[in-house]
Amino acid sequence: MGKTLFEKIWEKHVVKTIDGGPSILYIDKHFIHEVTSPQAFNGLNKRGIKVLRPHQVVATADHNVPTLNQHLPIKEELSRLQVEALKNNCAEHGIELYGLGHPYQGIVHVIGPELGITQPGMTIVCGDSHTSTHGAFGNIAFGIGTSEVEMVLATQCLMQTKPKLMRINIEGKLNKGVVSKDIVLYILSRITASGATGYAVEFAGSAIRSLTMEARMTICNMSIEMGARCGMIAPDETTFIYIKGRKFAPTGEEWDKRLAYWKTLYSDNDAAFDKEITIRAEDIEPMITYGTNPGMGVGVTGHVPSLSEIDEKEKPSFEKSLAYMGLQPGANIKGRKVDYVFIGSCTNSRIEDLRMVASFVKGKHKASNVEVWVVPGSKQVEKQAIEEGIDKVFSEAGFILRQPGCSACLGMNEDKIPAGKYCISTSNRNFEGRQGPNARTFLASPLTAALAAITGEVGDIREYYKETELVTN
Amino acid sequence: MKLYMSKQLNIVRSPAVPLNMENVDTDQIIPARFLKATSREGFGKNLFRDWRYENDDDTKPRKGFPLNNPVYKGKILVAAKNFGCGSSREHAAWAIKDYGFDVVISSFFADIFKNNALNNFLLPVTVSEGFLQKLFAAIEKDPATELEVNLQEQTIKLPDGSWQAFEINNYKKTCLLNGYDDIDYLLSIKDDINSYETKRAFQF
Repeated sequence: MGKTLFEKIWEKHVVKTIDGGPSILYIDKHFIHEVTSPQAFNGLNKRGIKVLRPHQVVATADHNVPTLNQHLPIKEELSRLQVEALKNNCAEHGIELYGLGHPYQGIVHVIGPELGITQPGMTIVCGDSHTSTHGAFGNIAFGIGTSEVEMVLATQCLMQTKPKLMRINIEGKLNKGVVSKDIVLYILSRITASGATGYAVEFAGSAIRSLTMEARMTICNMSIEMGARCGMIAPDETTFIYIKGRKFAPTGEEWDKRLAYWKTLYSDNDAAFDKEITIRAEDIEPMITYGTNPGMGVGVTGHVPSLSEIDEKEKPSFEKSLAYMGLQPGANIKGRKVDYVFIGSCTNSRIEDLRMVASFVKGKHKASNVEVWVVPGSKQVEKQAIEEGIDKVFSEAGFILRQPGCSACLGMNEDKIPAGKYCISTSNRNFEGRQGPNARTFLASPLTAALAAITGEVGDIREYYKETELVTN
Repeated sequence: MKLYMSKQLNIVRSPAVPLNMENVDTDQIIPARFLKATSREGFGKNLFRDWRYENDDDTKPRKGFPLNNPVYKGKILVAAKNFGCGSSREHAAWAIKDYGFDVVISSFFADIFKNNALNNFLLPVTVSEGFLQKLFAAIEKDPATELEVNLQEQTIKLPDGSWQAFEINNYKKTCLLNGYDDIDYLLSIKDDINSYETKRAFQF
């Protein structure tokens, strides 16, 4: 019997397997950031050991950094200490740090791919659940806790049990105005926020094949929102073209060698999955969430489910969620006023996302009732946006282009949505308090968020499609 | 609240605190704004911060939240389906352990949370949905109901004698019973790791 993409990579990385226990998995690349690494370094220091393979570790500061005035010292003391701890730990252990002010600094899941560090066939981990993003290149990439960060720093290995395998096929042609974020929100609305727990998910099918790398990253990024251990897409020409020529991409003979290997990375025709789902691309419309987990989403023209549509057992959570959001069962989402628009996060802060937003916003101005924050994923994205004149489109529209970081996706720095306010956000989580205590989040694509920025309410981008030539991904 | 993490677990006999809410994510367990520390200690005071207090004012406990209800206490947290989903922050496991829990019971745990819990000697016990409902009913009827979680036997028991077995892999079980951690083990197989490195096809 043939092998799945996951199995091909997994088997190449098993150092050994404990009887009746987990496998010891070798990790090729380890990304670290300021929030989930300090305790791991403390652990190493207590044990009196050094990082085993510092050149396989890459660090950046993203979760807890300000997104304005990054040239100044960080005002908030605890945040500053955390960023300094990262700097000291990296210096002590010989780890490359792309810290504040560095031209490569940015959200860890944006910089890995854009620097060509992320490649097919690898195992990649980071103390961040959205590490699944890197799987878009056909590798096994997943988020880990701080004890596991310590394990990888100390031994370049992790203890892992092999997950079950699921394939989600998206077949057909996407409707106009529907982008990769809508695909993943649609999958989530179908299989729920726990629908893939215990599985490694491979996304496949003609609609996935037609996507750019950045669009694929958006989908794999949110595979953790389904509970998946990791999300992955088999590498193809689109992948190889994206990687070639990037800073840390292989060159010459090494490129040829790796490329030959990468071309073997796909699920064989007779490979077996524990579960398989097929979705018609034509069924997907621009999506929006109404609740407090990413599985609570509908098409923008849809409505919040009525109580009769909800399972008896799930009613308490459902009602709590709607009370938090200030929404009634059965209510329409289209036409709801929003107060904030956040365009950013490891889900949607890449150059294509900003281009998408700019293509709709160009020549328009934001609605008076909204504040719009655009937070580029990295210094390189920021630079490119400026080179392409996207920054001007935004400033003319009344948007604020901030500096790279995780920002209002998790509200760890000062970028918080005030209590009770509605934010349409291109990020990945609408959990209670995620964007700030009592903040209310509608998750959507960059296009749907751009529309809300201009009209001040949730709308259907398809109605505007003819008027403007929109960029999609 | 405990000052030190207790390493080693075997039998935990205790009343339990019920949290009958599905999809409890790690942002609820410990909101991001409390992740700025560089040590592992002291997260218990902010456990479920935004559900525990009115308007983030820790002098105003929110009535009705189980942790604020004096009838509920103990070392066991009984939670509903998909507990610990979302962010990989290990601070969630640290906060639960630091607050004083040694066991979390649910019908379904998120993957990363489960690993984080195990790495901190916080035992995640997965039971059937039916048994979970039975636990909630028993605690609701009598909050003093004492549960017994026995790691060696891999069982959870109610005072009426009803019980259910739970699964845990042998390796992890040995670690928890003896207070070993994964890093100790990984450091002990350094030779295997070195030899893997010399044999791998690509030096990524």
